[in-house]
Amino acid sequence: MRTLHIIWTYFRIGILGELEYRVNFFIQIFESMLGLIVALGGLAVVFDHTDTLGGWLPDHLVALVGIHILVGGLINLIINPSMQRFMEDVRKGTLDFTLTKPADSQLLVSVQRVEIWKLVDVIMGLVVIIIALVRLGEQIGVRETAVFLLAMLCGSIIVYCFWLILATFSFWFVRVENMLVIFQSMYMAGRWPVGIYPNWLRFTLTFIIPVAFAVTVPAEGLVGRLTTQTMLLAIGLTVSLLFISRYFWKFGVKFYSGASA
Amino acid sequence: MLHSLFSGLPQLGRIYQQQFKTMTAVQLQYRVAMIIWLIGIVIEPVVYLVVWTNVARASGGTVNGFTAAGFAAYFIATMVVNHLTFTWHMWEYDYRIREGLLSPLLLRPLHPIHADFAENLSYKVITLLVMIPATIVLILIFKPTFDLTPIHVLAFIPALTLAFSIQFLWGWALAMIAFWTTRVNAIIRMYFLGKLFLAGQLAPIALLPTWTQTIATFSPYRWMLSFPVELLLGRVETADIWWGLLAQLIWTGLGVTAVKLIWHAGVKRYSAFGA
Repeated sequence: MRTLHIIWTYFRIGILGELEYRVNFFIQIFESMLGLIVALGGLAVVFDHTDTLGGWLPDHLVALVGIHILVGGLINLIINPSMQRFMEDVRKGTLDFTLTKPADSQLLVSVQRVEIWKLVDVIMGLVVIIIALVRLGEQIGVRETAVFLLAMLCGSIIVYCFWLILATFSFWFVRVENMLVIFQSMYMAGRWPVGIYPNWLRFTLTFIIPVAFAVTVPAEGLVGRLTTQTMLLAIGLTVSLLFISRYFWKFGVKFYSGASA
Repeated sequence: MLHSLFSGLPQLGRIYQQQFKTMTAVQLQYRVAMIIWLIGIVIEPVVYLVVWTNVARASGGTVNGFTAAGFAAYFIATMVVNHLTFTWHMWEYDYRIREGLLSPLLLRPLHPIHADFAENLSYKVITLLVMIPATIVLILIFKPTFDLTPIHVLAFIPALTLAFSIQFLWGWALAMIAFWTTRVNAIIRMYFLGKLFLAGQLAPIALLPTWTQTIATFSPYRWMLSFPVELLLGRVETADIWWGLLAQLIWTGLGVTAVKLIWHAGVKRYSAFGA
């Protein structure tokens, strides 16, 4: 209850802050539209020459594009801005203000900044997914939906934990942002199912930078291609990353010496 | 105060040498940034390469004459040519004008375009140090086949130079829009969206729908990236080489005119801000 209250408070602050810059909303819509054109235009050109790509039908990949936009939107809505702010705080020594607040520091750090206009991507991703589902028709049942939601939850948590672990490194190293920039450029590769990539790249996108679990796995769940094995792997990874990132965070905070120390 | 674009060519050589030295020293400070930039620039062509290789395999080996190895050659060549020809100054002018950073540049007895040009060249030379090994690794992984003829290789050099000129001049003209609006980023994004589809970054132009191919041919896009790549792959008829080079010359000439006109009108506006 308290956790939800804290999250909601930061959301409200984010909304109030951004409402001063309403033009940014239209700019965000414009940018999201451009992103959508790139993604769907790419699919159109490719499927002009083939019927399936690595066993995926065109509408399957539209659903995948929707998930890609949705997850990207979630990352840019809250995870990325909060972690950027956190790393800045460590560098400047202003993390003191967060640590002295009477709430869990990991929670505060993770939700402290919300870039509210990125909700445009979240909504647009959902719309694209729904359009793809309607076109796929009755092939999507209750089971697929449940598996999809579970896979989405796992994927989002995995991405969050990954981001938190990287950000925690900033207690020791100054330039961790660089790693996050690498994630942003590798994320582009997630617009296509990771199964089509050669082994070395698929491995990188699955275990070093978890794009596969964030996008491909939920999409597989939605179109009924997900094996029980992969789903169990995703759940296992989610649970272990939750513990590892939590432990690592507590370990890191102890090393933080503050601005004046 | 303002010298015209190409006046004083003889002294330019020495000035360029100095600019080049300074810029090189500046850029060598950011070595980690270079690796990150490298990942960003390699990942995109690799993704499209893999996608099209899959398409080729699914449709029995070739798509419009492109085999898997042909696609590998195409996208690796596109990556290298794009690296050698791309410019980024349009992203900076908005900031330069808003913060008044352009004022000291205007006081110099040399058109600011020369500093940007020298910066671009030195950046390219330095980044080649990471680009060449990256290209070799990609060649070893994806095993492309190039079908080179002497005439195509010979034509590639002027085509590459002209492709760079088109991107640099039109990119610079685009940057100047920042004199009139602070929302120039939206326009720049549109420009790069066009480049993605029409310059052959997403797919070889030959694989696009016919109407898109026509637009690409009559726009500067095909000539700023795709044409040198097509040459390198030997996919241009010998007679068409001259037409291609001519088209590139025309777009370069138009680019020079555009830069001159827009710069002239823009700087007047800039002084009007009282900066």
